[in-house]
Amino acid sequence: MSPELLLVQALNGLQFGILLFLVAAGLTLVFGVMDFINLAHGVQYMLGAYFGASLAAATGSFWLGLLLALPAALLAGLVLEFLVFRHLYDRDHLAQVLATFGVILFLNEGVKLVWGAAPLQMPIPALLEGGVALMPGLQYPIYRLGIIGAGLATALLLWFLVDRTRAGMLVRAGATNPEMVSALGVDIRRLFTLVFGFGAMLAGFAGVMAAPILSVEPGMGDTPLILAFVVIVIGGIGPIRGAFVAALLVGLIDTLGRAAMPDLMRLFLAPSPARQAGAAIASMLVYILMAAFLAFRPAGLFPVRTG
Amino acid sequence: MREWVVPLVLFAGLAAAPFAGFGEGYALTLLARTMILGMAAVGLALLVGGAGLVSLGHAATLGVGAYAVVVLDANGITDATTVLPVAIAAAALFALATGAISLRTSGVHFIMITLAFGQMAFFTASSLAAYGGDDGYTLFSRTEVAGTRLLEDRLAFHYVCLGLLGLTYLFCRAALAARFGRVLRAARENALRVRAVGLDPYPYRLLAYVLAGAIGGLAGVLLANAAEFVAPSYLSWQRSGELLFMVILGGLGSLHGAILGALAYVLLEEWLSHLTEHWRMIFGPLLILSVLFFRGGLAGLLAPRQRR
Amino acid sequence: MTADPLLRIEGLSKRFGGLTVTDEVWLDVLPGEIHAVIGPNGAGKTTLINEVSGVVAPDSGRILFGGLDITRLSMPRRIRAGLARSFQITCVLPGFSVLENVALAAQARDGSSFRFLRPVAKEARLNAAAREALDAVGLADRATMPAGALSHGEKRQLELAIALATRPRLLLLDEPLAGAGPEETERLIALLDRLRSDYAILLVEHDMRAVFALADRISVLVYGRVVATGAPAAIRANPEVRAAYLGEDEA
Repeated sequence: MSPELLLVQALNGLQFGILLFLVAAGLTLVFGVMDFINLAHGVQYMLGAYFGASLAAATGSFWLGLLLALPAALLAGLVLEFLVFRHLYDRDHLAQVLATFGVILFLNEGVKLVWGAAPLQMPIPALLEGGVALMPGLQYPIYRLGIIGAGLATALLLWFLVDRTRAGMLVRAGATNPEMVSALGVDIRRLFTLVFGFGAMLAGFAGVMAAPILSVEPGMGDTPLILAFVVIVIGGIGPIRGAFVAALLVGLIDTLGRAAMPDLMRLFLAPSPARQAGAAIASMLVYILMAAFLAFRPAGLFPVRTG
Repeated sequence: MREWVVPLVLFAGLAAAPFAGFGEGYALTLLARTMILGMAAVGLALLVGGAGLVSLGHAATLGVGAYAVVVLDANGITDATTVLPVAIAAAALFALATGAISLRTSGVHFIMITLAFGQMAFFTASSLAAYGGDDGYTLFSRTEVAGTRLLEDRLAFHYVCLGLLGLTYLFCRAALAARFGRVLRAARENALRVRAVGLDPYPYRLLAYVLAGAIGGLAGVLLANAAEFVAPSYLSWQRSGELLFMVILGGLGSLHGAILGALAYVLLEEWLSHLTEHWRMIFGPLLILSVLFFRGGLAGLLAPRQRR
Repeated sequence: MTADPLLRIEGLSKRFGGLTVTDEVWLDVLPGEIHAVIGPNGAGKTTLINEVSGVVAPDSGRILFGGLDITRLSMPRRIRAGLARSFQITCVLPGFSVLENVALAAQARDGSSFRFLRPVAKEARLNAAAREALDAVGLADRATMPAGALSHGEKRQLELAIALATRPRLLLLDEPLAGAGPEETERLIALLDRLRSDYAILLVEHDMRAVFALADRISVLVYGRVVATGAPAAIRANPEVRAAYLGEDEA
């Protein structure tokens, strides 16, 4: 594989990783603060994409679509929280898994009903169209660079919020000891709702950004959800830093792996089986990485919880 | 003994069903599906209800069993004396490998890991172009028993499934009531206490995981035979979720409840999918509601439990 | 009578972050003796028990049990070697009956638990061993109750019964009398006195009356360090100990 191709794939991997981070960040916050396993987080991502695509089509503007999709995703998240999730905080994980699974089933089917099963299109905004020359003769889409930029900015914002603000301190405290925080008089319910809503918005934001380059279809949130889980396992539950590093790692390994594996396999096998074996192993790479982490470092890259 | 009434009625009912008006093709298909999924659910109930380990990747064990049938079929091997051991061993090995790693975690981590491993299996199955890839694989023939095509007779297949389900149920029930089950149940309540009496929960949990995997593999063989078709969707996480639903619907901690849960699920799915193409929009909320309000499960309704 | 110590703690140290919780502790327990460990709150007594039983790994030092170096062994291995402990915050199986809690301990010492066919609730030998332990601590009439329904003091007794059912050589008891009423305290003191002949006991306690009544030797732990070890009379008279600890309480 040529160095140009390597660079392109590396950037793609970064971009994918950034999107994963946005999804995983919400998930790890919710899990860290509320001990709530939310399988339905993937549908937040999907809803963001659907809202973004349809609002952009309705208003004719990508930016309006993005701007309006965020509160829409937030609202959807809060409705779900009110109707379903808040009744599950006291329940065991099995109950949470099943109930959120029900939410996925409902919404995956629901978007099919509302928008049809065919993928929606969302055009790249004019401002970010086209490519930029990274090296002579090598173009890279501006939009993808835009995603990387937006994602990094959001990550910085998130870090600032969690590390430097009072609300963020409460969130971090709540992650290690929710009883104590509520004993201090903080309305733990409102904190939960805040964290939850913010996480939902992050996922929705990722969905909108992904919409122009991925297909907006029912079930699109399922794979990012599972990968977000892998990210959390590798990065450790709770800290944003861990999710960030792990997400980039997962994004890079997955993308580079898929690009490189078939070629690698061709060293050993004939072209057709090499392609197959390569594809199979590439999709397993991320899970192998996760398994390796579990074997040697179960607490994750940046473990924070004690006990 | 009161604890045996419901299971006995259940098994008697399943045995009599073909002669009580459920003997034509479609009803038998549903019953077979119930018993096969019920078998997988019983194995899962051993894990979830007994050991407290919530696996969100159990469908993969059925898939491994089913694909073992596929691989052997593609190579012309269909005899049960080869197919059964190979499929069960494959599923058990898969469970051993993934369980050895997953069981080093607990709680949410464990759920996520099992989900991830299940996905890994799913993607592997999807990429096996020689065995149909995404489109799935149609079996050339069902598994042969002692050289005969016994399993192609629907009635015979019904009773084979019932027999195997019965054996699975009896074994799991005995295991839970035996020393092995006590360690699992104790570790579920308080793992520290178990370690403080000198027992390490890990080997027991791993064995439970492997047993559940082997049972899943057996169910996978039957599933492949029932449909004469195997697709990667058999390993999807939606399937794993459905299996968990059957366990919880039946009532946690109850093995025969898992079979009742399977029955209820199959009937529900059948009925709802006739109502509307978008039946999952009804099923989803039903699932949510049953989790929120229906805690004892079906087994809890039918027989008040004296002691867990 | 100098016998070899059953338990030998050699230079044990442990830090949590910047805090030294165990500071070069040297201690031993002889067979048939009750060695009490006392000290102010936060002195590191429970941590010491955690280190000996295997819940927490020390940073440095050695632990020898019956001549065997158990410093690197897991908790279950140590228990199987003959150690048993009770917990300060009771650690029972709430959904199991009292009898079954103890029967589990008996089962752990009775061969393999990889048995799948016989119903364990019917195993007479395990149940008999469990009843014996329950009789010894005075909980026989509670056998069929769920352990979660026991009173606080009764849970303590259950902990003791479970520890006894593992047929240990050494008992590590972490404040077995805490929260017990006067009657229960008397009963437990009498029990511990009886146990002395069959077991070696490392007893962490706050109840000074019980300590001075039962202990053959007392070690005083302050900020993770052993400041004095000796017979009860010597400890009572030791000025450093009085200043650090006994001065705060009524001895």
